[in-house]
Amino acid sequence: MRVAIIDYGSGNLRSATKAFERAAREAGIAAEIDLTDRPERVAAADRIVLPGVGAYADCRRGLDTVPGMVDALREAVEAGGRPFLGICVGMQLMSSRGLEKTVTQGLGWIDGDVVPMKPDNPQLKIPQIGWNTLQLKREHPLFAGIRTGDDGLHAYFVHSYHLAAAKAEDVIATVDYGGPMTTFVARDNKAGAQFHPEKSQALGLALITNFLRWKP
Amino acid sequence: MTLKARVIPCLDVKDGRVVKGVSFVNLVDAGDPVESAKAYDAAGADELCFLDITASSDNRDTIFDVVARTADHCFMPLTVGGGVRSIADIRKLLLAGADKVSINSAAVNNPDFVAEAADKFGNQCIVVSIDSKKVSQDGEEDRWEIFTHGGRQATGIDAVSFAEKMVQRGAGELLLTSMDRDGQKSGYDIALTRTIADRVSVPVIASGGVGTLDHLVEGIRDGHATAVLAASIFHFGTYTVGEAKRYMAEHGIAMRLD
Repeated sequence: MRVAIIDYGSGNLRSATKAFERAAREAGIAAEIDLTDRPERVAAADRIVLPGVGAYADCRRGLDTVPGMVDALREAVEAGGRPFLGICVGMQLMSSRGLEKTVTQGLGWIDGDVVPMKPDNPQLKIPQIGWNTLQLKREHPLFAGIRTGDDGLHAYFVHSYHLAAAKAEDVIATVDYGGPMTTFVARDNKAGAQFHPEKSQALGLALITNFLRWKP
Repeated sequence: MTLKARVIPCLDVKDGRVVKGVSFVNLVDAGDPVESAKAYDAAGADELCFLDITASSDNRDTIFDVVARTADHCFMPLTVGGGVRSIADIRKLLLAGADKVSINSAAVNNPDFVAEAADKFGNQCIVVSIDSKKVSQDGEEDRWEIFTHGGRQATGIDAVSFAEKMVQRGAGELLLTSMDRDGQKSGYDIALTRTIADRVSVPVIASGGVGTLDHLVEGIRDGHATAVLAASIFHFGTYTVGEAKRYMAEHGIAMRLD
């Protein structure tokens, strides 16, 4: 199996690559983790990961700047039905639109806009930086065997915006930050984490392992 | 539930080796940063911070290798600072495996650099590191001033208004170090921490002066910081990160104890 992690110049790709390699190794899954900026390798990958940090518009521009990358992504994920995982802004890009700085079109896989978080407690800082627990809204194979809820494992967050999903069934998990903020979305073969699985220790490695085994 | 307070061990790195000085002098060489990072990762550190204190010398490229080797072994968030002066510096650190980059002197010399960096890489990965000393006399209203060059050079810049300005320019987080307290083990400058934390919208990391676990509790509870940074109490084994986190939890602070 070959897992393509899309390199479009955004974020800490080394950590993502290392985390996927470690998850595969520890689970005994034969997987080649392929950090790549080549559309043809993305189009032909068995699984696809879209990382991303920074601003929505900058990430979208970065993705569009690699000729043929968005087409390759659509071919593999929409037509090919290959399992897809977006991380942080990579997850946000699955939305209809991003409203950070300017209005930017997303990939349109999860209906809804990416909007600023407005915690109901004004003392909460923006960005949310650090460790928080997840509230599972509905079962999903990527959370199999992962302890969630107030006494559950923690995930690592760094974000100021969240995906306000239009359809409740797309929201798999939320995080409480002065109210529920969307933290995990999924539809068909596409899933996305607002938090950073590659930094989230036990929870992250378990989720990545589940992704490597996922048969949507 | 809620966002947890973070405990961040900090490693001062010089020529690729760990050092920790008392008020930035009398440096003691005490270990390999990658081995220390692995130990902190295993101990449950919430993040790790590297400060490259010899960034201006010939050996500054050693930090990239340290960061890359750390990222290969550790899955905890990593902030790297010291000598960050250009967009190219930031890009190299992020590519090596840093999650956040802290900017210190360059932010003082050129506040627009912070705006440029935040624009390029996102506010979330730009930490502005503010070193200050209390300059008001007893009986006067508290005033703190920014110092550079490891605390040797006064700038005349008010720390509180500088902090607000940095957030306006796009800093996603502030690392506040009291140069009076650094290495003294007498506790954070709580008035400084609280004054700035209450004034800005972004998370504040308290730094400088930890000697006991109560000091960590005070940084969060009284200083209103969302994270506490410490170096020598962990590095010399006075307390483990696990002990610190359990102690803070016992004192009513929400902590990650996974």
